[in-house]
Amino acid sequence: MTATRPPHANEHTRRSGLGRVLIAVYAVLALAALGRSFFQIATKFHDAPVAYALSAVAALIYVVATIALIAPGRTWMRVAWVTISIELAGVLIVGFLSIFLPVLFPHDTVWSVFGRGYLFLPLVMPILGLLWLRRSRSPLAVAGETR
Amino acid sequence: MIEWLTLLQILVAVVGGAIAVMLGLIGRRPSDLTMAFTGVVALLLIVQLGVAIASPIMGNEPSGSLLEFYIYLISAILIPFGAGFWALLDRSRWSTIILGVACLAVAVMLFRMSQIWFIQGA
Repeated sequence: MTATRPPHANEHTRRSGLGRVLIAVYAVLALAALGRSFFQIATKFHDAPVAYALSAVAALIYVVATIALIAPGRTWMRVAWVTISIELAGVLIVGFLSIFLPVLFPHDTVWSVFGRGYLFLPLVMPILGLLWLRRSRSPLAVAGETR
Repeated sequence: MIEWLTLLQILVAVVGGAIAVMLGLIGRRPSDLTMAFTGVVALLLIVQLGVAIASPIMGNEPSGSLLEFYIYLISAILIPFGAGFWALLDRSRWSTIILGVACLAVAVMLFRMSQIWFIQGA
């Protein structure tokens, strides 16, 4: 990367430095969620169609978020904001419900008990992701757009 | 799955992963050492694939779901190769951390795989 920042500086910072580690962990999480939900749907979908459909949706959201973090442009930036926000909302809502109303979630999903099955990464990653997205918007880019 | 081989591999992955994360944090670029650890982890996963194919034939059956086991194994194989190529293209300290994260992720997945093979359903 050059010393003088190109016009689309925010696009570069999004994929630079610590952002790359974030993308890598997201990719692994997406892969893990996809694998597990494929297994659940292939072998025991009828046990808990809602929970396993939710797992699949969550997995797809991780995939889209990973792509959105890598892909350049303001639209993808917005996609990243939306998908990562949905992840955070999902893990919080399902996390609380699975603890206080376990009847609703007798089967494991990615988000059950705040993502315990995945080392709590589903809870930690969207928080880091949102912090990173906020930080990677350079002052110039913020001045130029009103979201 | 062979117990001692799996334990050995988890050990290699954890040690290699921890070293790479630390070297990355102090600003080192991907080196022969960190690449070698990732390479050995990847190589041992290929060995695991061979063992997984051969084991049931020799009467070493998994206690849990073989399909679930293979999903983990195939996913795990993708990770060190992905991280390795990343480190070849992007010669920054962050790639070193990513190599470490990849090794640690493989360690977790191996642990899960050993649970499926030895404990689940037993």
